[in-house]
Amino acid sequence: MLSYIIRRILLLIPVLLGVSLLTFSLLFLIPGDPAQSLLGQKGTEVQLEQLREEMGLDDPFLVQYGRYVGNVVQGDLGESVKSKEEVSVEISTRLPATMELTIFAMTVAIVIGVLAGVIAAVKQYSWFDNLSMTGALFGVSLPIFFLGLMMIWIFSVQLNILPASGRLSNHIELESITNFYLLDSILTGNWAAFKDVFLHLLMPGLALGTIPMAIIARMTRSSMLEVMKQDYIRTANAKGLAKPIVIFRHAIKNAFLPVLTVIGLQFGLLLGGAVLTETIFSWPGIGRYVLNAVLGRDYPVVQSSILIIATIFVIVNLITDILYKYFDPRISYE
Amino acid sequence: MKKHSLWSFIGILIVSIFLITACSEDSSSSSPDDGSTDSTDSGDKNTLVFGRGADSVQLDPAKVTDGESLYVTNQIYDTLVRYKEKNTEVRPALATEWNVSEDGKTWTFKLREDVTFHDGTDFTAEDVVFNFERWATGGEYAYYGYMFGATEDNPAGIIEKVEATGDYEVTFTLTQPNAPFLYTLAMPPFGIASPEAIEEHGENYFKNPVGTGPFVFEEWVKDDSITLSKNPDYYGEKPKVEEVIFRVIPDNGARFMELQSGSIDVMNGLNPQDIEQVESSDDLQIIRRPSMNVSYMAMNMEKGPLKEKKVRQAINLAIDKKKLITLYEGIGKEAKNPLPPSIWGYNDDIEDYGYDVEEAKRLLAEAGYPDGFQITLDIMSNPRPYMPQPKVTAQVIQQMLGEVGIEVEVIENDWDTHLAKTENGEHEMALMGWIGDNGDPDNFLYVLLDKDNAKKGSAGNYAFYKSDELHDILIEAQTTMDKEKRTELYMEAQEIIHEDAPWVPIAHTTPPLAANKSVTGYQPHPTGSEPFNFLDIK
Repeated sequence: MLSYIIRRILLLIPVLLGVSLLTFSLLFLIPGDPAQSLLGQKGTEVQLEQLREEMGLDDPFLVQYGRYVGNVVQGDLGESVKSKEEVSVEISTRLPATMELTIFAMTVAIVIGVLAGVIAAVKQYSWFDNLSMTGALFGVSLPIFFLGLMMIWIFSVQLNILPASGRLSNHIELESITNFYLLDSILTGNWAAFKDVFLHLLMPGLALGTIPMAIIARMTRSSMLEVMKQDYIRTANAKGLAKPIVIFRHAIKNAFLPVLTVIGLQFGLLLGGAVLTETIFSWPGIGRYVLNAVLGRDYPVVQSSILIIATIFVIVNLITDILYKYFDPRISYE
Repeated sequence: MKKHSLWSFIGILIVSIFLITACSEDSSSSSPDDGSTDSTDSGDKNTLVFGRGADSVQLDPAKVTDGESLYVTNQIYDTLVRYKEKNTEVRPALATEWNVSEDGKTWTFKLREDVTFHDGTDFTAEDVVFNFERWATGGEYAYYGYMFGATEDNPAGIIEKVEATGDYEVTFTLTQPNAPFLYTLAMPPFGIASPEAIEEHGENYFKNPVGTGPFVFEEWVKDDSITLSKNPDYYGEKPKVEEVIFRVIPDNGARFMELQSGSIDVMNGLNPQDIEQVESSDDLQIIRRPSMNVSYMAMNMEKGPLKEKKVRQAINLAIDKKKLITLYEGIGKEAKNPLPPSIWGYNDDIEDYGYDVEEAKRLLAEAGYPDGFQITLDIMSNPRPYMPQPKVTAQVIQQMLGEVGIEVEVIENDWDTHLAKTENGEHEMALMGWIGDNGDPDNFLYVLLDKDNAKKGSAGNYAFYKSDELHDILIEAQTTMDKEKRTELYMEAQEIIHEDAPWVPIAHTTPPLAANKSVTGYQPHPTGSEPFNFLDIK
């Protein structure tokens, strides 16, 4: 198992090289010029030339790419063209924001999705089954934009009980340690901040988690139904085991395998979905950051952020694969 | 192993119960106590929260050109002179008085003696010199380069030297007379920064700004908010609010809802379709910013039929501006000149071409195109402040020109590509626009229509209009200090432009802001940036 994990981690290197080469080439190929983008309509010719030279934009592709990879290997992700800030510094504040939102959304999605799916399967064709599966259908089909704005309208404008945007109210002080605000508020014992952060997380978390929640619920239900038909469940029932024990001890673990696949995939997708959610709820995360960088031709930011997102994606995949083994010991990675 | 899975399931169950109860508890417990503690601002009535669509890029005004950065730095920094509250005339600020030599090349400014920077250091003439010398070096000071910088004809740039001719007196020596000079000095990018702070923070100065303005920088949470506090020692009109918070709320709809819920006090970027709702609301007010912009269709005079004046005039006649303006949903006025009417020198006597299909056809026939021709129209894919719907605008133009036999193919590019392409003169016709910088007519007419700015690669004159007659007038206006004389010259310039028809001027927009009615004293400035020390919350 350990050798498998090490092999998988080593595999990261060619994957990330590939990703970086791909993004680098794409950015190189698309028309438009970062120097132009930076100076806009106000740039003079003299300035444009000077800036292009400073940014090394006149060098051939391989020289530029080589320089970039060389820097990244040394831990230097470059400097944002626009803000002149180190990209690593900018990412270190925004990535935790997105991760916190995504993990929160995923937790909500898994807990509610799995519970609803299991209950719906056990009580097949009951009112709960119908209701939750109709709800799930809605969840999959509602666009985040619409859902998000509706939530803000109901909970912030009409009821005024939830904050509509940001991660933390302006009047609340929170010392940042990890930049995961929930964690930071626990670490510093700042419960007022904890509540505030939690309230800020609710709406974007639910909006982002709705689709995976719905998918997980449907997947769990059908997978549970499948498993419940198996011989060993029939045997367990025939032995006269209590129903909860049959469900919790025997069925869920096996039914969870396909659900896990879905969760792994959804987690990766959520990083993409975060762009919309972050825009609606003014969440200062990586999704909006990358989007703005793409629009503003801030190449160092785009390259490095995509590299980091790709790394996370690969790691999440790795974790999913390891969890497979936990849920199904028959799987061998040797 | 089996026990393990049971425990993990129980764990999940506990977490979920915690989450569910936490949700319901919080929402039920906070609703009775009027909710104001949860979602609104600090509750302190003296904090003004301004909602906007994008964050500042840097807080060093000299290094940026984006409006959102300059909007904030305009509160932190002071310039030698400032714009008056309602227009682009200038008034004293850090400089109390000034005079210019007869040849227009030497400007002397007397400075205030009672000003300190936010870091406690005193403001003197040497600080002004330090700032100007800093901007003059290096290509990263975009606005300095653009307003004062080197050109091929003038490699030294406009400012030859800046000297402290006394503790509180600064003298500028220019390489050539430059009438807009004073207006340019009032632009927010030329805010005077504390030299000590610049040295102290080095490369990180852009996030630790120190000026002499009405507000002091406190905190910047990237992509989220910027907090400024009142400068109690401000020499001018002291701020009425204790604190200003600029909050980033990217989605226009969400921002408007935040205004309705009361968690922000003012917002920009209101959707035109929400104007009605604001106007009918008891709690909200609409604020329209006077326009200092223009949108237009440039006709590249180096390309095919567009070389012919009659063709360009015919295109002007074939476009029904009244119809086109409806695409602006009430936030735009029809344009007939390159200058917006809010700027002095605007020639209101010019009679627009009007909409006349028959006349257009006749002119086309006279020019040798009785059956019309095929042509391309380059457009940007994203809305701009002066053009809310570029694509639909292009389609309407396409259909209108089709009526007179001109077959238009629309080519859409993102903004940067569009700029690069048009600056290179690769287009035939192009939708474009301009937002003024310093409120001087020169900043529109010379920048956008003089032959000096029709150089491929960095053109601002996207029509590649090269008129010697116009050039002479614009240069004379640039080097004449007498404002009356300048006004006359610009009036004449607009007549020549109208006759030659390098553009179809389309519209001037008045971007709407919305605010809570409790906000008073908000005076939107045509430059797009106003100081907040006049603002109050009742």
